[in-house]
Amino acid sequence: MSQKKAPYELPIGPIHPALKEPINFTFTMNGEVIEEVDFAPGRAHRGIEWMGMRRNPVQILHLCDRICGICGVHHALVFAQAVEQIAEIEVPDRAYYVRTIIAEFERIQSHILWAGVAAHELGFDTLFYLAWQLREESVDVIEYITGNRVNYGIIMLGGTRRDITPDMFPRLEQALQYYEGLLEKMINLFLHDKTIAMRCKNTGILTKRRALELATVGPTSRASGLAMDVRIDSPYAAYGDLDFDIVLPDIYSSETTGDVYDRIVVRIFEIKQSIDIIRQCMKQMPDGPVLAEEKYAKLLMNLKKASGEAFARVEAPRGEDMHYVRMNGKQEAPEMWKVKASTYSNQMAWVEILKGEQIADIPIIVASIDPCMSCTDRVAVVSHEGHTGILTKEHLHRLSVEKTRRLQA
Amino acid sequence: MRATMTPQELADRFVTRFGSRVQNVLVKEWCEGTKKLPQKTVWMTVPREILTDAVAELISIDYPHLGVIAASDTGDMIDLLYHLQVFFGGKHEEINVVFTVQVPKSDPHVPTISGLIPGAVYSEREKQDMIGVIVDGIPDSRRIFLPDDFPSGVYPWRKDDKGIPQSMVKELWKVDRPTDRPAPPVAEPEPAQDIEPESPRAASGGATE
Repeated sequence: MSQKKAPYELPIGPIHPALKEPINFTFTMNGEVIEEVDFAPGRAHRGIEWMGMRRNPVQILHLCDRICGICGVHHALVFAQAVEQIAEIEVPDRAYYVRTIIAEFERIQSHILWAGVAAHELGFDTLFYLAWQLREESVDVIEYITGNRVNYGIIMLGGTRRDITPDMFPRLEQALQYYEGLLEKMINLFLHDKTIAMRCKNTGILTKRRALELATVGPTSRASGLAMDVRIDSPYAAYGDLDFDIVLPDIYSSETTGDVYDRIVVRIFEIKQSIDIIRQCMKQMPDGPVLAEEKYAKLLMNLKKASGEAFARVEAPRGEDMHYVRMNGKQEAPEMWKVKASTYSNQMAWVEILKGEQIADIPIIVASIDPCMSCTDRVAVVSHEGHTGILTKEHLHRLSVEKTRRLQA
Repeated sequence: MRATMTPQELADRFVTRFGSRVQNVLVKEWCEGTKKLPQKTVWMTVPREILTDAVAELISIDYPHLGVIAASDTGDMIDLLYHLQVFFGGKHEEINVVFTVQVPKSDPHVPTISGLIPGAVYSEREKQDMIGVIVDGIPDSRRIFLPDDFPSGVYPWRKDDKGIPQSMVKELWKVDRPTDRPAPPVAEPEPAQDIEPESPRAASGGATE
């Protein structure tokens, strides 16, 4: 670990676990078995919080879109909610529904992306290509609604920048039917597959108790049987008006083990849930405007005067996402802005779930918490004799594929 | 039903247990959606001496989920905000609890809560990095997000002279091509003005007509 050096001085900000985030693991091995795990995040620190504390809230909102390419709308949404609480902005009811629809489409695309990555980690590349092909439909709908595939820029303080009008519903419905028709196929491919079951069952187990103690969030904690979902616990946007329940692994299998397989179960069934939520939203959507204040100059003036502190939480695809904002009424920029992304809470679980597993299981276990980072760029392995070697991502991936082939033989 | 008490009852329980040592106890609600179901939060200021007792008291009510520890530089003091949730899992029953702990910059010590909530280590390590508090009893005090060669005594979230100095800020828009690099193995391409007049440059000039 000591030879790691950052080549430049970086101003500081939030960690953001974006896809292919550089992160270093150190495993202490005993033969094939992992004895100790250590990881060092922070290699992708871009100083976003630091930058935010020097910008006005509308500028920060667009910075939020860029914290993560996959859960982009959730960071913007949660920041908007925090600022709306401080400035007491009343969001029009229709905007809550637009926010909910876009957030659920994002969940669909994120979960399918993850499913593809998981298949790839197991050496099941046919399924990886299929999953990513299926994902395109949800990204197309997001583009249809917002104009962008990533960095949607649809959230605004006090509402949304675009409306979803009834004439757009047929296109949305078409996408929902597409996914509904595929659901059986996805369940069949992911959950009935013998190889996936062999590799994922009883691998990377996180017990309910440890999930709670390590403060894990989202599908990772739900897969361990810990009922926790911000959408239901502290309803935000339109979720309080809708009828749905927390997805736990017992929806599919009789017992909850908290292994990688259960994490797949939770995510697949959350896609089904998202389809249902979007349908309910389209049915119940009230009429009216989608933005509280259309004049940005006036909005910024009001925000400059606002003072107080607030935090907001949303259920991003990977789990609870939380922003804390403090404004003092003297300056445009917030006095404090803290971003807590979902993976921030889930990383501690790695140490727990990797212990006692084999090297070949590292990729799928690391990916199972959906860290926006499926394979690390490199992994340092310290053997029992203290001999240090660097395994490349490709080597590690090959080991995982070989294990699958061995099990199939 | 998971919730055994209302936010007000939870706040009262802390006031009964700790008396005047917990201050600024506030019960807040924020509603969204057409049904306006509330998100319930109890805010309170807790001195650092009883922080672990306060967390233990919360655990005796229901084992909490630690969202994050936020921190803010307020001048002479540092505010640490422990965002915890209890009663999640029931439908719309969750109560958020925020403990604000104020520590003076001259003596920035705070006890660890990782003995009670093991997952807190991650956030506590980040606070040591970012705002320069010292978490007493932390099981792992290494840096977490800052690189190993980051200067000591500089804390990015500080607003005083211990914050990021201007010399560390890289103005990317001002950055020119580096001059201290070794010569490239392949010769640099010829400057642009040597390109023939039929180049795309001339073509783009024609597009303005």
